[in-house]
Amino acid sequence: MFQLIVFLPLLAAIVAGFGGRVIGDRGAQLVTCGAVITSAILSIVVFVNVALGHQPEHVVLANWITSGDFVVNWAIKVDTLTAVMLVVVNGVSCLVHVYSIGYMSHDPHKPRFMAYLSLFTFAMLMLVTADNFVQMFFGWEGVGVASYLLIGFWYKKPTANAAAIKAFLVNRVGDFGFALGIFGIFLVFGAVSFDSVFAAAPAMAGKSFTFLNYQLDVMNTLTFLLFIGAMGKSAQLGLHTWLPDAMEGPTPVSALIHAATMVTAGVFMVARCSPMFELAPGTLQFVTIIGASTAFFAATVGLVQNDIKRIIAYSTCSQLGYMFFALGVGAYGAAIFHLFTHAFFKALLFLGAGSVIHGMSDEQDIRKMGGLFPYMKVTAILMWIGSLALAGIGIPGVFGFAGFYSKDIILESAFAAHSGVGMYAFWLGIAAAFMTAFYSGRLLFMTFHGHSRADHDVLHHAHESPQVMLVPLYILATGAVLAGFVFYEFFVGHHYAEFWGSALKVVGENVLEHAHHVPFWVKLLPLVMAVGGLAISWSFYIDNVPKWARLLGIAAAIGIIAAGAMPGVVEHQGGMVLTGLAALVLALVFYVGRPSMPGMLVASNQALYQFLLNKWYFDELYDALFVRPAKWLGFQLWKKGDGKVIDGYGPDGVTAAIGFVARRARVLQSGYVYHYAFAMLIGVAALVTWYMLHSGGGR
Amino acid sequence: MTDWPILSLVTFLPLLGALFALVPRGDEAVVARNVRSIALLTTGATFVLSLLIWINFDSSTADFQFVEERAWLGDTIHFRMGVDGISMLFVILTAFLMPFCILASWEAIQKRVREYMIAFLLLETLMIGVFCALDLVLFYLFFEGALIPMFLIIGVWGGARKIYASFKFFLYTLVGSLLMLLAMITIYIHAGTTSIPELLTGDHFAAGLQKWMWLAFFASFAVKMPMWPVHTWLPDAHVEAPTAGSVILAGVLLKMGGYGFLRFSLPMFPVASDYFAPLVFALSVIAVIYTSLVALMQQDMKKLIAYSSVAHMGFVTLGLFVMNPQGVEGGIFQMLSHGIVSGALFLCVGVVYDRLHTREIERYGGLVNNMPRYALVFMIFTMASVGLPGTSGFVGEFLVLAGLFQVDTVVTALAATGLVLGAAYMLWLYRKVIFGDLSKDDLKRMLDLSLREKLIFAPLIAVVFWMGIFPGAFLDVMHVSVDNLLHNYDTAIAAHEAGRPAVAEGAHP
Repeated sequence: MFQLIVFLPLLAAIVAGFGGRVIGDRGAQLVTCGAVITSAILSIVVFVNVALGHQPEHVVLANWITSGDFVVNWAIKVDTLTAVMLVVVNGVSCLVHVYSIGYMSHDPHKPRFMAYLSLFTFAMLMLVTADNFVQMFFGWEGVGVASYLLIGFWYKKPTANAAAIKAFLVNRVGDFGFALGIFGIFLVFGAVSFDSVFAAAPAMAGKSFTFLNYQLDVMNTLTFLLFIGAMGKSAQLGLHTWLPDAMEGPTPVSALIHAATMVTAGVFMVARCSPMFELAPGTLQFVTIIGASTAFFAATVGLVQNDIKRIIAYSTCSQLGYMFFALGVGAYGAAIFHLFTHAFFKALLFLGAGSVIHGMSDEQDIRKMGGLFPYMKVTAILMWIGSLALAGIGIPGVFGFAGFYSKDIILESAFAAHSGVGMYAFWLGIAAAFMTAFYSGRLLFMTFHGHSRADHDVLHHAHESPQVMLVPLYILATGAVLAGFVFYEFFVGHHYAEFWGSALKVVGENVLEHAHHVPFWVKLLPLVMAVGGLAISWSFYIDNVPKWARLLGIAAAIGIIAAGAMPGVVEHQGGMVLTGLAALVLALVFYVGRPSMPGMLVASNQALYQFLLNKWYFDELYDALFVRPAKWLGFQLWKKGDGKVIDGYGPDGVTAAIGFVARRARVLQSGYVYHYAFAMLIGVAALVTWYMLHSGGGR
Repeated sequence: MTDWPILSLVTFLPLLGALFALVPRGDEAVVARNVRSIALLTTGATFVLSLLIWINFDSSTADFQFVEERAWLGDTIHFRMGVDGISMLFVILTAFLMPFCILASWEAIQKRVREYMIAFLLLETLMIGVFCALDLVLFYLFFEGALIPMFLIIGVWGGARKIYASFKFFLYTLVGSLLMLLAMITIYIHAGTTSIPELLTGDHFAAGLQKWMWLAFFASFAVKMPMWPVHTWLPDAHVEAPTAGSVILAGVLLKMGGYGFLRFSLPMFPVASDYFAPLVFALSVIAVIYTSLVALMQQDMKKLIAYSSVAHMGFVTLGLFVMNPQGVEGGIFQMLSHGIVSGALFLCVGVVYDRLHTREIERYGGLVNNMPRYALVFMIFTMASVGLPGTSGFVGEFLVLAGLFQVDTVVTALAATGLVLGAAYMLWLYRKVIFGDLSKDDLKRMLDLSLREKLIFAPLIAVVFWMGIFPGAFLDVMHVSVDNLLHNYDTAIAAHEAGRPAVAEGAHP
């Protein structure tokens, strides 16, 4: 069964890829969808057996590489962590496969597209079922190639080609770290399989070794190198630049690869290596800082983007940041929980966005949308569900959308960590939560509500998507609504221990225990931020907000102040001040908020706006730091190094020198007898002198 | 089975074919057709025969197998042939690539077909001879002899600057070879034998002498590899050589340098190898970074791949001089893989060169539109060149780096930047040639792969994946021989260390 789950998609990819011409478009779609749906159903069975039935499995398929002590197998290892990933990967993948039938209906290369999707699924499955670092690396690079192929799927677009290469190269920078990490693990442990390494890890805690001529802590160094790989794949700050550009690919790809599955591989990897990361406090702090910074940074950029897909892309980047700082504070369960719920609502959002783009004749700029609700009611409602789940809306203690549970537990864990970096993550996470809600609202309001800014022609053709695209959305929407509520107790709640078994390891106290006992205001604050963010974006981007609504908003603000004054919140002064401030801002916005506000804000903060719009100028920075110097150096080494120096003094120089000497030597061959006689005389004299000196002085 | 001299058969069968190629008479077209068939049949038969070596190879011993020995020149210089786990696969590689070279030249070569095919068959004999020879003189003969047909192939059937390129090629390699000849004479004077197996056992040379001899051999092998900074002949040679010439150059001739290190430098001069290893590391790392950067700026497809070869060979020398199982086996594997992959990449260039007669990257673009099969093939080899896991390129590179990390983390980190740079230039090349819009009229008329071309690429693709997914068949053959090499090496180093004052021991970890 495990083999079927992993290899069916590969088989389908081969059949559709090579036999596409024989079996036709419909055949390719049937084969790939059939294979992945089968895999998905089997994955659910495995999830029930392994995660809920607590029966981890380990199948060794064949030997891969053996060289000295370096032994690597092809294997399938399924524990709870893998089982969760199987459900996420195959679940989203099969929905995206089906959705693609509709979305790509006008594309001439359907079999190729379906084959790539299935190939990606296979690589991702190899990644999550690996029992050793090298197979994980195989899947890791495999998904990278599939992603490269799919981003560049529309190969006629130069931007798509550039984005594809960028994605591959930035990921390779991460892989560079990952590979060094694997080499280091082999050096230290003499093995690369998870079981042996994790078993031997505690003995290496606190030890040091020489790396790059420095004496460094073993576990911190190794995990740091691995984490560089995770940063590349999961688009964390510094190595994030490829993800927004990756939106050049078809939208189903964005949903599958750049939202639900591949970009979460880094999170999976850190969780998988929790036995190592737990022994590396330094790296964990670094992970926390990077995660929190990414969550904040990406959210700020998301505020001002105008491309519907790029907004969601930055949102993904930001949500991955949440997962990472959860890992950093040791809340592995919370990180995977957010990974799980995020897969539903983010895939939903992307596919919903795809539905909008599909219905709007490939328009992606939300400034040219607006008022689309009547044209695509179903899509709009589904996008609303996704956004509410993303923003984390819910009623504490009663019910909430998926993101409500997973994001809250992450922020609570960060707070409960009671460390400097934990608080850093907590407050940046709170700020990001606000911005998340704001840009989600902005996207919804500018797309579906208010007055339409679309072309008359485009609007005339605007239509709801066909059922083949909507059914996958219904399923995802169900997940976006229910996944948090249903699985909370398993992932992070009372059933934590038996659910995860030995898949996640925590040294010392589990921060998730403390997370359930944080002050009430900590639990409330993310929700306040979410509601506030949505409300502000509403008053910003909806023209003609009725008076009664404004009054209602002010009333809500007063309500929040009242909530802020509750005993639990008063305990902590910072919390009270912040809640009060948020409420005040909220009330003000409702009072003065006008559709003209965004424009005014932009006008008065032009520098900041440009800074955000240009994504903090990371691309320009990297271009100046790496790309240009590399090209310049390459050119210099080629023309000067190879051309002038090596060839100049080497073969060409020697040839020239021989020519020179020959020309001079030719002069000696003058043909005059007395020249030769003179030369002979000198020769004889020299010989005699040498002979005399040699025999006389030597002995 | 083992009674008949299979190595001699495999080695000299192509020569026999070359003699047959002299036979056909008639007008030029008829001769060309017959000679092509003779060449294809001969190389095909040679490959099938060579597989018998693999099948009957005993991978549980480090001794030389299928050994032949006959009196030849005087008392000491014998005709000795044999293979072990290190050399055997190179024989297979050579025999495997040869039929593709003939097929690739099927239509591309139209003038002096007979001479061309004879040159190739002769070249095959000499190359296989290099990997089978177990006598210094015999080795030298094959090693240097291989220069001549290659020189002719570039000089006669080459491109516009063929004379410059062929002379550069010849001069570079000849200078190295002369020094190697001197070292071989010294070996004979000191050890009193020219038998390689005898030289491999025992400690023949004092440490001081080893260093000089090592340098002399190094001059020859470093040029062949080629290592930085004696690599500049390679891009020129590749650019001017006909497609099949490039395939053989990259696929086999470069490997003779690496094989030389394994057969001579490392086992015969272990102390010197240990002493000079940092030099090799430095040159190799420079090669990886330097040539990768240079490759990034190339306008000529063949030059780009030629520079990438230098970078990949940098990984090989790194691995060999690491002297641990992962490094050496990785290095050998990388050579085999590079032989297939770079050969295939040159064949890929040949496909479009045959159609448009230019190698300039800017002239191409958007080929995926009318040549989808070609695009797929090119993609697979691009990925193999980049070292994607699952292809042959990954196993060698990864093992080399894993082995190197045990010895020197700084060098490893620097060399591993090749992972990023290598991807940069290959993907750039692919994008420029394959992706984009098909706008040029002459490109639009280009046809996708013909049946002959498909037949060439299909087996190469199969091998690339085979080596990438189940490399065991290749690595298993090497284990015992490599272990033996390492064991002797470590023993020699230890003996040398023991012989020195105790103070110095700390300096050599």
